[in-house]
Amino acid sequence: MKQKNVLEYLEATVLRLPDKVAFADDAGEMTFSQVYHDSRAIGSVLAEKDLCGEPIVVFMPKSPATIAAFFGCVYGGCYYVPIDPEMPRFRIELIFDNLRPKAIICDRSVASELESYQHSGELLFYDEIVKCEIDGERLDGIRERQIDTDPIYIVFTSGSTGVPKGVVACHRSVIDYIEQLSDVLGFSEQTVFANQSPLYFDACLKELYPTIKFGATTYLTPKQLFMFPIKLVEYLNLHKVNTVCWVVSALTMISAFNTFAKVKPEYLTTVAFGSEVFPIKQFRRWREALPDATFTNLYGPTETTGMCCYYRVDRDFAPDEVIPVGKPFHNREILLLTQDNRRAQPGETGEICVRGTALTLGYYHAFDRTSEVFVQNPLNDRYPELIYRTGDIGKWNERGELIFVSRKDHQIKHMGHRIELGEIEANVNRLSDVSMCCCLFNKEKDKIELFYVGEIGEADLMVALKDNLPRYMLPNRIKKLDRLPLTPNGKTDRMQLQKML
Amino acid sequence: MEELLEILNELHPDVDFTTQKGLVDDRIIDSLDIISLISEIDDCFDVTIPAEEIIPENFNSAQALYALIRRLEED
Repeated sequence: MKQKNVLEYLEATVLRLPDKVAFADDAGEMTFSQVYHDSRAIGSVLAEKDLCGEPIVVFMPKSPATIAAFFGCVYGGCYYVPIDPEMPRFRIELIFDNLRPKAIICDRSVASELESYQHSGELLFYDEIVKCEIDGERLDGIRERQIDTDPIYIVFTSGSTGVPKGVVACHRSVIDYIEQLSDVLGFSEQTVFANQSPLYFDACLKELYPTIKFGATTYLTPKQLFMFPIKLVEYLNLHKVNTVCWVVSALTMISAFNTFAKVKPEYLTTVAFGSEVFPIKQFRRWREALPDATFTNLYGPTETTGMCCYYRVDRDFAPDEVIPVGKPFHNREILLLTQDNRRAQPGETGEICVRGTALTLGYYHAFDRTSEVFVQNPLNDRYPELIYRTGDIGKWNERGELIFVSRKDHQIKHMGHRIELGEIEANVNRLSDVSMCCCLFNKEKDKIELFYVGEIGEADLMVALKDNLPRYMLPNRIKKLDRLPLTPNGKTDRMQLQKML
Repeated sequence: MEELLEILNELHPDVDFTTQKGLVDDRIIDSLDIISLISEIDDCFDVTIPAEEIIPENFNSAQALYALIRRLEED
């Protein structure tokens, strides 16, 4: 019988390697048997409270326990929604609004902060619920009824209206992704990961699920280390890390400062990167420093569960070339569709669309927004078949590799994060002292620049935005204008502003 | 020092960089800031900060950062 539940990974591994460290950070570590125990205890509590089929917020700072809480939600027949206290207040409020969770798993450090939010969820303290008795019979009953298209998590991504969208993924799509990713990157029991991504993005699937599938180990790298290249490499060496799946900016932070002249990652053999273009000059430094390591570019939107395409670097690139997105993982197809919904010819640009099991279930409590991008395959007029339209423009090169060209709309990639410029604008426009604004991306300098008209000063505007937007979405430059240039039909003239960057 | 304060203020207009002593320890600046700072300092002072100097002690205050720039200028 084929696997239908992600927890089967954990259950097979805990039998083999109960005492091996699964997840660790600077404060502590958890073995597979501890993860197994805590998650089953949590699942039992959720089941006893009749929360099966409900979204459960996990409101905790990044730690091994947070990951056990995720699996606990799945044991309870629920789906987890990670919220980190470091997320901005306004965003958390919107998420609570969208979810209306009946229960929130938290730790003591955030309890008082949680009190300041409007929600009707019952607070479940991690340290208490893991002491509750495990009700094996009830957990078995839940498992018996669960199907592989049941949801397991929701993660929120940027939305152009200013309201983030909750992407709902299921067992089937996650299992499919983890199997393909593990094949491509060659994970095994010997794999030692250093995690970089926050746990509230789907990027962390790359470490969490292969760890329980293979009995590997993941170190949750302290965020502070990503400021200090030498300390970061020393951390990798201390823990004998052999695999990293990081955003490009985390990798270039190391290579850009000539760190390799002082210290090299001695154990690193597998480097996967993605979410933005890797500058070739920096990439070459990595390849020179680690000539025996494999380097794999990954590409994929959250809506198709983690990553979707890969390219294992097998040749040298000129400084003006871009590393290809490559080809899809097995069991999914990329349709490159032109504006009139034909397949793009080699060299012709088209929208990257995805077909396959990898598609997530859609956006939570947002049927309209879901149906805008999860649409009937226009090449199929015979039976219902959904594809996901990414909004990314790509083309096939002469080698048959997919190349990322640009975005269709005002979505950008900045420091590895997917950002809707419209979401920044929506947040600026909410401020009472702002009458107009326009947000642009300076691609050359990798900076978000905001132009606005209003009574508020530049510094005060920045302060106000800090309450509403995640750090990576804050404009790098803010410029107050007497008026915004307009196009003949009265829209903000983005082209004109672009010239002012 | 004026130029450095200008760069810092552009990153965080709401922080008084003349008095803050724990920019890293108190998590006032993050990795994105450090990367911007290093490139702005390179543009403005023509000083390249080497990896071994990218440590918390050198970034905790405007004074410490300025002292580092001066030290590197002399080398």
